[in-house]
Amino acid sequence: MDAAITVNEVRKHYGKVQALKGLNLTIERGEFFGLLGPNGAGKSTLINIIAGLVRADAGGVAVFGHDVVRDYRHARAQLGVVPQELVFDPFFSVREVLRIQAGYFGLGKENDPWLDELIDALDLSDKANVNMRALSGGMKRRVLIAQALVHKPKVLVLDEPTAGVDVELRRTLWQFVKRLHRDGLTIVLTTHYLEEAETLCDRIAIIDHGTLIALDHKRALLEKVTGARCRLIVTLAAPLKAVPESLSGMLKQQEGVRLEFQLDKGRDPIMSVLDALRAAGGVLVDLQTEETDLEDIFVELTKRKRT
Amino acid sequence: MNLRGLSVLLYKELLRFYKVWLQTLLAPIITALLYFLVFAHALEEQVQVYSGVSYTAFLIPGLVMMSIIQNAFANSSSSLIQSKVTGNIVFVLLSPLSYLEFFLAFVLASMVRGVVVGAGVCLVAVLFVSLPIHSAMILLGFALLSSAVLGSLGIIAGIWAEKFDQLAGFQNFVVLPLSFLSGVFYSIHSLPPFWQAVSHFNPFFYMIDGFRYGFFGVSDVDPWLSFGVIAVSLCLLAAITLFLLKSGYKLRH
Repeated sequence: MDAAITVNEVRKHYGKVQALKGLNLTIERGEFFGLLGPNGAGKSTLINIIAGLVRADAGGVAVFGHDVVRDYRHARAQLGVVPQELVFDPFFSVREVLRIQAGYFGLGKENDPWLDELIDALDLSDKANVNMRALSGGMKRRVLIAQALVHKPKVLVLDEPTAGVDVELRRTLWQFVKRLHRDGLTIVLTTHYLEEAETLCDRIAIIDHGTLIALDHKRALLEKVTGARCRLIVTLAAPLKAVPESLSGMLKQQEGVRLEFQLDKGRDPIMSVLDALRAAGGVLVDLQTEETDLEDIFVELTKRKRT
Repeated sequence: MNLRGLSVLLYKELLRFYKVWLQTLLAPIITALLYFLVFAHALEEQVQVYSGVSYTAFLIPGLVMMSIIQNAFANSSSSLIQSKVTGNIVFVLLSPLSYLEFFLAFVLASMVRGVVVGAGVCLVAVLFVSLPIHSAMILLGFALLSSAVLGSLGIIAGIWAEKFDQLAGFQNFVVLPLSFLSGVFYSIHSLPPFWQAVSHFNPFFYMIDGFRYGFFGVSDVDPWLSFGVIAVSLCLLAAITLFLLKSGYKLRH
């Protein structure tokens, strides 16, 4: 594999706020890469630096080896970016917008079949000649994706593309993006819907306060960060007077008869937890186990960083 | 150079103002003609600036150039501020267009709008009064150079302004006074010596005076001096604009 995007010691500050603190990251060709982090972590700053919309104070970013500042023409030709905000040009129709965007990349009428393909694939055919102002939010989002793809980039960066999008459209968009990925496109995704990242991404980076706090394959991240942990949710017939001392370290949440434990599979056998509960007078009504998901990792890592 | 990219950005900028032609083309022509009708009616019998030239005829070149100036400025500045405020500037910034291509497309679009509005004012005005043409080349040269200067100034204002009212301030406190106090309605020889001297520091004065020379073959200052001042202004403003675009000032934060 070779690198689609290389981020090398990138720093950026806004006034006294250090948005990125010497970030290093490599995204390989053909990856479906997730970039996660809480609000204000520096994700959008990083995306904007990759896209050339923001200049880094120090360090450099290259797209397929082309520096995004010095060799911006080649870098931008390889990159398609779907911005987070629902921006559009109110003067033009969908087809005009796509033709104009392709034109900026030096493409003319010979590119029209590809534009038709995009219009069709994103279900925009009956809106192709409609002014952008007349489109719904979901339709505008589709046009943004089409605009990012007019020049057939090798890397598609999606900055929270499903924020505020209804469930059906979200599903359609992900099917389309998965198809692009199968066709060989490198996808970089930032999202607040962690289940999206968990379902779609091969590798995930978590950024917090401008620093990379985790970077690994999704499975490895799940294993490495939380060990082989799982959640045990127990429902009792009646609330316990007191949770046994031996279980207090594992207890994550207690709501009346419902107790939630975080277990280390190797160290804390489920049976010993249940035995301790019974010994304390608990009568089991129901029990459930759940594997740790990305949300747990995310919360734990960002919390750990703060403390 | 990405010539196709440049021509598409130019086409987009032309299409942008063409789609709202009532506001961008017709309205300024009507405004200029209202000035023409009011001032010509009020002052025709009382003022003669150049011998053998009626005040009405004297007024037309000034109004035409004022329209060119104001519309060339309005085109690039309003396009940029709209794109910045609505956020769609991102589509140009994500493209591989260079800062020079960006500059040329915006300035050329401003020149087209300025010259089209100027030509419209001129065509309608000559229905009311006959106008000699001393040199069509000089007319065209001053029209193109002046609109390029204002197109470039419009880019600077559009980059600098973060809100519509900041741009309106620039337009109302810089462009409008300079264009009104540049000899559109009078010859600077009719001013007291102090204000005559001050007028020589106003580059818009040279635009109007040189343009007027193209019609009558008479001007307040040597047309070559006017040409030189405008050319230097263009070089200076173009250099500042290109520097701002290259640095990404207020565009690539």
